[in-house]
Amino acid sequence: MAQLTLKNLGKSFDDTDVIRDLSLDVADGELVCLLGPSGSGKSTVLRMVGGFETPNRGAILIDGEDVTRVPPEKRPTGMVFQSHALWSHMSVAGNVAFGLKLRGLPKAQILDKVQEALALVGLEGYGERRVWQLSGGQQQRVAIARALVLEPKILLLDEPFASLDQHLRERLREELRDIQRRLGITTLFVTHGQDEALALADRIVVLRSGEIEQVASPDRMYRAPQTRFVAGFIGSMNFLPCDMRGGVSDHPLFTVRAAVSDGPVELAIRPEALTLLPASGTGARVHRVTDYGTHLLVDVDLPDGGRLKAMCPPSARYETGQEVAPGASHVALFRGDAKLAEVTVERRVADHV
Amino acid sequence: MTAIDPTTLSAEVPVHRTKRPDWLGLALALALGIVVVIPLLVVAIWAFAEVWRYPSLLPQEFGFRFWQATLARPDVWNAMSLSLRLSITVTLLSALICLPAAYAFARMDFPGRNVLFLSFLASHAFPKFGLLVAIAGIFLNLGLISTFWGVVLIQLVGTLMMMIWIPVAAFQNVDRAMEEAARDAGAGPIRVFWSVSLPQAAPTIFAAVLLSFVGTFYETEGAWLIGAPEIRTMPVLMITYINNQIVVQYGAVLSVLLWVPSFIALMFTRRLVGSGSFAKGFGV
Repeated sequence: MAQLTLKNLGKSFDDTDVIRDLSLDVADGELVCLLGPSGSGKSTVLRMVGGFETPNRGAILIDGEDVTRVPPEKRPTGMVFQSHALWSHMSVAGNVAFGLKLRGLPKAQILDKVQEALALVGLEGYGERRVWQLSGGQQQRVAIARALVLEPKILLLDEPFASLDQHLRERLREELRDIQRRLGITTLFVTHGQDEALALADRIVVLRSGEIEQVASPDRMYRAPQTRFVAGFIGSMNFLPCDMRGGVSDHPLFTVRAAVSDGPVELAIRPEALTLLPASGTGARVHRVTDYGTHLLVDVDLPDGGRLKAMCPPSARYETGQEVAPGASHVALFRGDAKLAEVTVERRVADHV
Repeated sequence: MTAIDPTTLSAEVPVHRTKRPDWLGLALALALGIVVVIPLLVVAIWAFAEVWRYPSLLPQEFGFRFWQATLARPDVWNAMSLSLRLSITVTLLSALICLPAAYAFARMDFPGRNVLFLSFLASHAFPKFGLLVAIAGIFLNLGLISTFWGVVLIQLVGTLMMMIWIPVAAFQNVDRAMEEAARDAGAGPIRVFWSVSLPQAAPTIFAAVLLSFVGTFYETEGAWLIGAPEIRTMPVLMITYINNQIVVQYGAVLSVLLWVPSFIALMFTRRLVGSGSFAKGFGV
């Protein structure tokens, strides 16, 4: 049962604001991903919650209790580091038992708890191994067990799987998700991988230069990005600049109707919202087709020099240089960084044929 | 002639290449070996020679007569025990002072940090003898001349650089996240130093401690200038033997005796930390 509240946090390094004014509530048992490009301040936020950085402004509350000035060793948080940071001069069990020994628990109880924690991460019987005898994935599991064995109120993870290969990363991600669900532990997870955030999080917080860009569920974050930055950062997105005149876009290929004042806009279209039909006279030509097995990714050169990425069913056939008519089922309109409208369009294919 | 099997041919070529000896490296190693080993060998032979007249390549008579004579002298045993006590005291004191200081230099930011850090080099930047004479003047006023603690103090100065610079590098190499993880697990700063930073830096620090011990054991100028006439360490005793005696063998026996502590220390270190990390400690 733990709730985390960040109130108007601010942090500067050498007079440069790394975190401007950040407020966030993490509910009990929730897994929140802090997502952002490098330098967005996501790790700094995590380190402030863990007590490794002191905020210049604002407050951190765990279950309503102000811990802003509490040193890390006295905070009810458990951290997993990117470099796993296991103590290589101790055995696996020694690593997990360290914090328990500091708390002065009786030996038998420590033994039980260490066994339990290792079992939780699937490393029964690995207690006597040396840290360097384990693989990267196993080391990170030990790090997770080491953090969890102390039963922290808040679990903090700083890009824990960044150094692992794709397959292992996906597997550990699922395991972590299961463990987190089972224990119901409030979790803050920092990552720069949007797929990781989409797969893990109850809610995603997208950070950009020390400020929250958007907070939303993975589903909303992907399907209804509120800013151009989020639209471009999460998943892949085609941006087509054009002008709105009298509520209609003047793009030669995409006629979008929306109640938007006149002026320049960008049409944002997901690759999977695009369909390509054979056509002539559109000036849009297939540049390259990449077969990903589950789908084709088709690059289309537009007459104005731009390029589109379209996701097509694997059964479709396209030739390089072939003229196509792109049609969009869903378009978002951005002016500057702000979203103006979202439109579901009917197909305009018939006009071009 | 039958056809040559291409697989055996291709297999043989690289084997041949790797087996070709590195003549230049061998020659260099040999030259270095001669320069280092020959004087040691000569001293060692002198220690066991009873009669060795020019121009014979080897002594005419071998024997332990001078060993018995040397080892029978109480001043040799006194010097040996004094040297060991001095070296152990100096090394322990040095570790006690320098290791926390090295940790502070490696991990903390405080005003004057760089100036202070360089000041540890200062004692090695000037001719040592001049410095020693100046210090001897001060010690004379303080009544430290010819006392155990006077020599301890002067030898402590000699170990400072080694015991600061090498451990600083060692502490800097400890992954900061490891220390943070220990904080996270509930350890206070001192506990983190004791349980994580120190063991992580241990192989390198052990090398520094060993170098300090051996360096102190063989330190002569300070021991002689400050310690004379009451405090006579092994090297000082050896110098008096060589200076005052026509018989070379006394000095040679003492010299061979002096190899023992450093040899034991080196062997002990190799066993303890393994040659790989030991070399790393020296920055190799």
